[in-house]
Amino acid sequence: MRIVRNGLLAVALAVSGCSGNQSAMDPDGGPAIHIAHLIIGIVAVCGVAWVLVMVMLAAALLRGRGRTGREITNERSLMRAVIAAVAVTVVIVAALTVSSFFTTRGIGVPEPAAMTITVRGQQWWWQVMYADSGPNASFETANEIHIPVGRDVRLELQSADVIHSFWVPSLAGKQDLVPGRSNILLLRAEKPGIYRGQCAEFCGLQHGHMAVLVIAEAPADYERWAAGQRQTALLPSNPEALAGQAVFLGKPCAACHTIRGTSAHGKTGPDLTHIGSRLTLAAGLVETTRGSLAAWIADPQTVKPGNNMPTVALTGVELQQISTYMEGLK
Amino acid sequence: MNHTVVLDVADLPEHGLGSASQTYWGTLAFMLIEGTGFALSIVVYLYLMSLATQWPLGTAPPDLLAGTTLTALLIVSLVPNLFLARWARHQDLWKVRIGLIVMTVLGVAPLVLRAFEFPAMHIKWDQNAYGSIVWVMLGLHTTHIITNLVETAVLTALMFSRHGDSPRRYGDVSDNAMYWNFVVITWLPMYACLYWVPRL
Amino acid sequence: MTRHKEGDRRDTALNDAELQRCLTATWSTPAGLWGALSTVDHKIIGRRYITTAFVFLALGGVLSLLMRLQLAQPEARFIGPDRYNQIFTMHGTNMMFLFAVPVMQAMAIYLVPLMVGTRNIAFPRLNAFSYWMYLAGGLLLWVAFALDVGPDVGWFAYVPLSGPQYAAGKRADIWAQMITFTEVSALAVAVEIVVTVFKQRAPGMSLDRIPLFVWSMLVTSFLIILAMPAIMIASTALILDRLVGTHFFNPAEGGDVLLWQHLFWFFGHPEVYIIFLPAVGMVSTIVATFTRRPVFGYLGMVMALIATGILAFGLWVHHMFVAGLPRLGESFFTASSMAIAVPAGLQIFCWLATMWAGRPIFKTPFLFVIGFMVIFVIGGMTGVMVASVPFDTQVHDTYFVVAHFHYVLVGGAVFPLLGAIYYWFPKFTGRMMSETLGRWTFGLMFTGFNLTFFPMHILGLQGMPRRIYTYQPEMPWSGLNMFISLSAIILALGFLMFFVDAIRSARSGSAAPANPWGALTLEWATSSPPPAYNFMHLPVVSSLEPLADDPDILPVASGLRIDRRELLITSVVQAVPEARESSPGDSIWPLWAAAATSVTLIWSIFTPWAVVWGSIPVAIALIGWFWPKGVVEEDA
Ligand code: HEA
Ligand code: HEA
Ligand code: HEC
Ligand code: CUA
Ligand SMILES: [Cu+2]
Repeated sequence: MRIVRNGLLAVALAVSGCSGNQSAMDPDGGPAIHIAHLIIGIVAVCGVAWVLVMVMLAAALLRGRGRTGREITNERSLMRAVIAAVAVTVVIVAALTVSSFFTTRGIGVPEPAAMTITVRGQQWWWQVMYADSGPNASFETANEIHIPVGRDVRLELQSADVIHSFWVPSLAGKQDLVPGRSNILLLRAEKPGIYRGQCAEFCGLQHGHMAVLVIAEAPADYERWAAGQRQTALLPSNPEALAGQAVFLGKPCAACHTIRGTSAHGKTGPDLTHIGSRLTLAAGLVETTRGSLAAWIADPQTVKPGNNMPTVALTGVELQQISTYMEGLK
Repeated sequence: MNHTVVLDVADLPEHGLGSASQTYWGTLAFMLIEGTGFALSIVVYLYLMSLATQWPLGTAPPDLLAGTTLTALLIVSLVPNLFLARWARHQDLWKVRIGLIVMTVLGVAPLVLRAFEFPAMHIKWDQNAYGSIVWVMLGLHTTHIITNLVETAVLTALMFSRHGDSPRRYGDVSDNAMYWNFVVITWLPMYACLYWVPRL
Repeated sequence: MTRHKEGDRRDTALNDAELQRCLTATWSTPAGLWGALSTVDHKIIGRRYITTAFVFLALGGVLSLLMRLQLAQPEARFIGPDRYNQIFTMHGTNMMFLFAVPVMQAMAIYLVPLMVGTRNIAFPRLNAFSYWMYLAGGLLLWVAFALDVGPDVGWFAYVPLSGPQYAAGKRADIWAQMITFTEVSALAVAVEIVVTVFKQRAPGMSLDRIPLFVWSMLVTSFLIILAMPAIMIASTALILDRLVGTHFFNPAEGGDVLLWQHLFWFFGHPEVYIIFLPAVGMVSTIVATFTRRPVFGYLGMVMALIATGILAFGLWVHHMFVAGLPRLGESFFTASSMAIAVPAGLQIFCWLATMWAGRPIFKTPFLFVIGFMVIFVIGGMTGVMVASVPFDTQVHDTYFVVAHFHYVLVGGAVFPLLGAIYYWFPKFTGRMMSETLGRWTFGLMFTGFNLTFFPMHILGLQGMPRRIYTYQPEMPWSGLNMFISLSAIILALGFLMFFVDAIRSARSGSAAPANPWGALTLEWATSSPPPAYNFMHLPVVSSLEPLADDPDILPVASGLRIDRRELLITSVVQAVPEARESSPGDSIWPLWAAAATSVTLIWSIFTPWAVVWGSIPVAIALIGWFWPKGVVEEDA
């Protein structure tokens, strides 16, 4: 089942240009749709105003060209024209202010009871924490947020270090993750799909590679996914992967990463319990494959210069084993 | 272009006094800059206070003695300062000299008291944000006392030199006196903020 | 004449040649290095300031080309993230603090004394000091960049990224201290301008006869005076956090990271009008001259300047719409930001009315004004767009905002500035710039600019964040980015042509008459370039356009001393003469004071004790500066 789903997702991914859409003008979430309408309205109004000003400019310049001597212009009527234009400006900006106020109201705020996901920005990845709902245990993942379609989701945005900004343009406007504060963002997808987002507040060296995927799925699919994520990692059946686990636990990896169900409880890096099930690696940088896992682990500093994962010395065989292990962590 | 003389300014004074002098306006402009700085420091203080659950953060309100004495002293210093400004307007060399000496002393005295104000805050600048802002506010104001003191001392020396008895110097003395008024008056809201706001 | 002291010589009884000789002897700067280092002539310092600012423009422009090179393709590896972050920080910091603000003030240093009809700026030594401070701040930044310790935290250096924990090394300190240098110099110039405009206007130049450029600089100077203390407090707090462990911005100890943003933007928003308002003044000047009539609605223009200046302090939160402040408060800032379109619109409409009623003459300066109208109005419109909270949540920190601010900065300020350079170049140098090259420059820049920056709006809406050193190939941005980078070459060629023209014309342009454009303000009532003393006799003014009344005759005042640097002090409102005041002579002390201050400031990046020890040489230099030297200027 899971394989089928992942396969579907991979196809969707390929079709949508690998990473999903990331455009404010291609909205699929309630808030983003409201805003897109507002954007179109304001741009149209301002565009018309600009054209009118340009027409006046052209008219004024052509009119006086080649004129000689100071013509007596009617200062009175000029004055009236200027006052009228200012009055129109007042009316327009008042209307724009009111319409943006109502758009904000229309977007609304998530109800406290809505499903809540905590997102913590870290230099340069996203820690995603699902709170326990009822009998279900809470769980953690990274760089990939699954939400059920058509439901309000309340994101609680926090930061572990510097300011980041959570922005998935097709779903909602952005909101900063500010150290020492907790901000709320309403996320909602009207259609299933993979929505790409990217950190929008400059946060240091790899600000450019701090992407996030939001995967909106039918509620049943979402529940299946969540159930899978709650599980601890399975003991690998394949010997190479088993060897990989041993290497992982023996090397510094475990000091930084958590793999639930093993003795790895590190907190500095992303939770890797189900790393093999994520579509991308290292905050949207590359698709997750055995090869990309190996490339990343072998030399994270070349793939993503300056990121906070050091290169850990591994033999070729160890690298093979570890990437097989990681890939199997579905 | 031909010039036609339409105005004769030969009889104007060679140096403007009061609001006819550039330094008067220059001093006002610098007071506006620094006054904005003081006001902003108070805003920062209140802003940090508004975020804190408890204020002052992690300590008791400051002891009143040193700060209040200093405030009283500063207010008292306005009296000789006003006299000094008047004597400078009258260009009375000897009185100005005496006034300047008095004001120099009255510039040193608050520094002594200030030395007791810092410990009266019961906090260091590097303990928390409350400590940081109170030290910066005190430091900012102290800097102004010191710079004004240096200026007063230099003017005193000048008034005893051969350059002293000139309208230009008297103008400097009255601008300096105006600046001291500013140093004193801006202290009052800072005093209220530092010592009484935490007691509200 | 009564009351003449011994040896006191007046301009009354001399013939023109003799008068000019005496004034030259009194006012001119001695030749040679010492003269250059100690001059206090506002024209020499103003020219120096302008030249330096344009050097920084070229350097900042070269940085932008490096960025465009890197961004032309996805995952390009020309420039790594570390260097890229330094480059965009340097570009923004350099353009804002070392180019845009100083160049506007520099134009005022040169022009305001001439336009109000006086002989030197108020506090000319402070003026010399401010130039040296500016130069030192610029050198600090660029030397640091050359040594690979250039700041890398963005031009607004948000904490905690710039704080002690996440910005190791001295990069952020260099940024913060560079701020101190440029703010000191900007504040000093602002004070000089205010006092020059208040007290040194030509007799008869009442408030309603002040040229619009001078008004714009007066309002700008007040903006500087009220806005810059905020950034001084902010950058000082940042240095203290980094150096002595205060906790202003540390949430763990009761500090707050948004405090930085409030302080920065309380300065930062007025800052953009500090750049824009002088440009407004330049546009008004050029429009009046090249439409052959006064700008329509003088009173409205002045009110618009003042209204913009006041509103400027009520907008800062629009840079923080996504920081998580209460939505209701944000709506207020939407309203205030939109409201600023009203004075801006009023100005645009007044210029349109002027053009409508006038006789436009399409010389290069006027072309730049037309370009300004086209581009700035687009930038203003996008400003209104981002002023809307929901709109801004989508485009904040994207290339849409990058497009907005280049439209207003380059279109709204650099275009008028270049027009102003073409316009006043004859006054600055005594030579004309080339009209042919000027048209080419304008054409290249106008085309290049729009092709470069318009597509950025689309990129922003397509989700491209700013300040990314590269982007992934699967994002749909590479085509437009390549297009932008190629267009930037056209824009750069335009700038290059401008520089070539300016350098060439300064050496060998055709000689300029006193008033080549037939303009009507006082700076054209003297030769090009003006003599050291500006005017042989100080002009007396009886209308808004003093040269319009009688083109051949300039009404003047007489009775000033010529054996000392003397000018007229007039009353604030009516400009009634109040005193003949002396103006300080050349002095080397401002240079020493600037050197001592610079050493102190740079040293204090490393230890707080520098402030204590450094204050000693600073105090000595200041005392040396102000101590009377027994020269005639000290007569009273
Ligand atoms: C010269 C500089 C300059 C000028 C003049 C302006 C002018 C304006 N700016 Fe801009 N702005 C910047 C420089 C400038 N700006 C910079 C540098 C930044 C980014 C900083 C950074 O993040 O690095 C910025 C960012 C910025 C933001 C934050 C965006 C973000 O970070 O998300 C906002 C939000 O409100 C804003 C709004 C405005 C508005 C409303 C105006 C108004 O003043 C515009 C008014 C003018 C007009 C509207 C046109 C003329 C009017 C008419 C012809 C009348 C008819 C008009 C209508 C009917 C609407 N600006
Ligand atoms: C007045 C201010 C100003 C000016 C004039 C410019 C001019 C230009 N800027 Fe500027 N820019 C800013 C202010 C300005 N910018 C600010 C404040 C930022 C934000 C920084 C931040 O995020 O912190 C920014 C950011 C910024 C970015 C975004 C970077 C990022 O977010 O990653 C980009 C990208 O394209 C860019 C491009 C350009 C270009 C192509 C020009 C062109 O117009 C430049 C054209 C000029 C030249 C190319 C020079 C030509 C000269 C020569 C060829 C040399 C000749 C020399 C001699 C003869 C001596 N700028
Ligand atoms: C010093 C801490 C540290 C050590 C040691 C470390 N990592 Fe990491 N790891 C990180 C951090 C931080 C990231 C996030 C990097 C980023 O995306 O910016 C990361 C990311 C990853 C990812 C991608 C996760 C994702 O969600 O995209 C994998 C896989 C990974 N590490 C595997 C390993 C393996 C295998 C080892 C040992 C050979 C290891 N790590 C050692 C800190 C560490
Ligand atoms: Cu995180 Cu940018
Ligand atoms: Cu702004």
